[in-house]
Amino acid sequence: MIKNISNLGDAAIYCDFGSEVNKEINYEVIKYFKTLRLKNIKGITNLAPSYNKLIITFDLDVINYIELVEKIINLKPDEISDSASKRKKIPICIDEEFALDIERVSKNTNLNIKEVYKHILNKDFYCYMTGFVAGMPFLGDTNKNIRLKRLETPRVKVPKGSVGITEQFCNIYTYESPGGWNIIGNTPVKVFDKNKEENPILIKPGDSVQFYEITKNEFYKIKE
Amino acid sequence: MSIEVIRPGINTTFQDRGRSNLYHLGIPFSGAMDTRNLLITNKLVGNDINDAVIEFALQGPKLKVKQNNINCVVTGNVSFTFKKNSKIYNGECYKTFDLNNNDEIDIISTNNSMYGYFSISGGFKIEKKWNSYSTHLRSKVGPNKGDKIVENDILQLNKNVKPIIKKSIDYSNSKIEFIRVIKGTNFDYFSKESQKSFFENQYQVTNLTDRMGMRLDGNKLNNIKSENIKSEGLIKGVIQVPPDGKPIIMLSDHGTIGGYPKIGVIISADYDKIVQLPPMSKIKFKMIDVKSAEKLFKLYSMETKNILDQI
Repeated sequence: MIKNISNLGDAAIYCDFGSEVNKEINYEVIKYFKTLRLKNIKGITNLAPSYNKLIITFDLDVINYIELVEKIINLKPDEISDSASKRKKIPICIDEEFALDIERVSKNTNLNIKEVYKHILNKDFYCYMTGFVAGMPFLGDTNKNIRLKRLETPRVKVPKGSVGITEQFCNIYTYESPGGWNIIGNTPVKVFDKNKEENPILIKPGDSVQFYEITKNEFYKIKE
Repeated sequence: MSIEVIRPGINTTFQDRGRSNLYHLGIPFSGAMDTRNLLITNKLVGNDINDAVIEFALQGPKLKVKQNNINCVVTGNVSFTFKKNSKIYNGECYKTFDLNNNDEIDIISTNNSMYGYFSISGGFKIEKKWNSYSTHLRSKVGPNKGDKIVENDILQLNKNVKPIIKKSIDYSNSKIEFIRVIKGTNFDYFSKESQKSFFENQYQVTNLTDRMGMRLDGNKLNNIKSENIKSEGLIKGVIQVPPDGKPIIMLSDHGTIGGYPKIGVIISADYDKIVQLPPMSKIKFKMIDVKSAEKLFKLYSMETKNILDQI
C-alpha cells in the first residue's frame, strides 16, 4: 500500500511506501511499478522504483499532478506472478586480485576471510532495485556480522564487475566508476548489456541472486 | 556526405529530446540540456523538431564539411567563425548559412552560458538507441557508441531532400533574477534558519558542473535530522544536500538513485535557464507552489510555441 503521495517538483509524483527497507514493502513498490508499466497511462514519462519509494515523472504538457494522483490512487495493482521473479546464479572470483577490500572487511568484522565468504557465497539475496548507473543491482540483506560502512575515502575507480558490500546491501558495479563499497570479488558476466535491446539487465528487482565461486581461469574464460 | 571533426571541443555530443522510460534500469533522460534551443535549432534548418543536433559545452567543435550546399545553423549565445572559399566570416547565431566542400566552421566558445547547438538541414546519419538519438556518456548509450565526438571523427550526413530556405530569428535566452523552486520531500530535514537562508542568500555555481549535475557554493545548510536517506530515485532538477551542506542540482545525465536529502526541485519552466549558468554565476532561489509552477510552465510552453511559429 502507498502510505503517502506527494509531489516532487511540478512534474513528478513521489509515492512513499514506508521508511523501512524490507522485502514486503519493496514487493508493493514493484507491484505498482509493474502495473504502471503495463497500463501505459498517457503522460507518464518514467518510473523510478527503489527500496520503499516509487517516483513517477510525467509530461506537464499532457497531464498534471492532481490529474495523475487521481489515477494512481484508483489504481488496482496486479499481483506479481511467481514466474515473473527469477533465481539468478552469478559467478564470482574472490582471488585477491579482485577482492580489493577483503582484508579490511575481515579485520573490521573480526571474521577470517573464509568466514566472511560463508556469508556471501551460495546465500540467497533479493534484488530491491537497479540503477544509479545502468543495471547496477542493489541486493540484500547480508548477514548482520558482515555489515560495514562505506570506505571513508571512496575509490576513484572501482573496476567493472566488482562485487561490493555495505550496510545490509551488496551490489555489482556494471561500469568502471567511482565508489565507496567494500569490494570482495568480481564477476565476469555482463550484468548490463546494452546490445540486448529488449532485456539489457540480467538481474531485475524482485529476482533472487546467488553468488558461486569460480577460479581465475574460469573467470577469464567467461570474460572472453 | 560528411563532416570531418578537426577539433571536438570539450563536451560535444549528439542529443535530441531525451530517452524516457528507462529510469528503472538506471538510465536517465539525457537529451539536450536546453530543450528550447534544441527545438529552435531543428526548426531553423527545417528538420523535425525531434531530430538530433550537436550539443557543445563552453568550447565547441571545429568542423570541415565534405559536401556542397550544406545549410547549417548555430544557436545559443555563441562566438563562431566560418571559412568559406578561404575567407573567414564572423558567424551569427540563429541565422542559417551555407557551406561548401572543404569550408570550415570554428565554434570558439559559448558566452556567459554553458551550452550551444549546431545542426544542418537533413540532419545527421545516426541511429536511435531505445527510441532516442541522445548520448548518455555514463552508460555509453546512444549514437557514436555512446561517446563524445572526438578528433578525426567523420560525421555522416543524411541527404537533404527538402528545399533549403534561409531562416533566422531574433532570440536570446531571457535573463533571470530568480530560479524558482518547489520544496523537496526532505525540506524539514533542515534547520529553520537553513530553510530561510536557502532562499535568502545567493549561491554560486562552482567548476564542478557538467551534464550530470551542478555543485553550488554558498551558505552551508544545516541538516538536523539525518545526513542520509535510504537510497531512492532521483529526477532532473532535484536539489540534493550531501553532508557538507552544499547543494547539488541533478541535471539531465544524473545517476538515477541517490541517498542525500532533497531540499527542493527546480520548476520545469526554469530548467532551460539554470542549465545555461556557467561556473561563477550567482543564483538566488525563490520558493513557489505547484499551482504557480504549472502556470509558469504553461507560459513557457506558449512562449516556445510562439517562437517556433515565427520560424
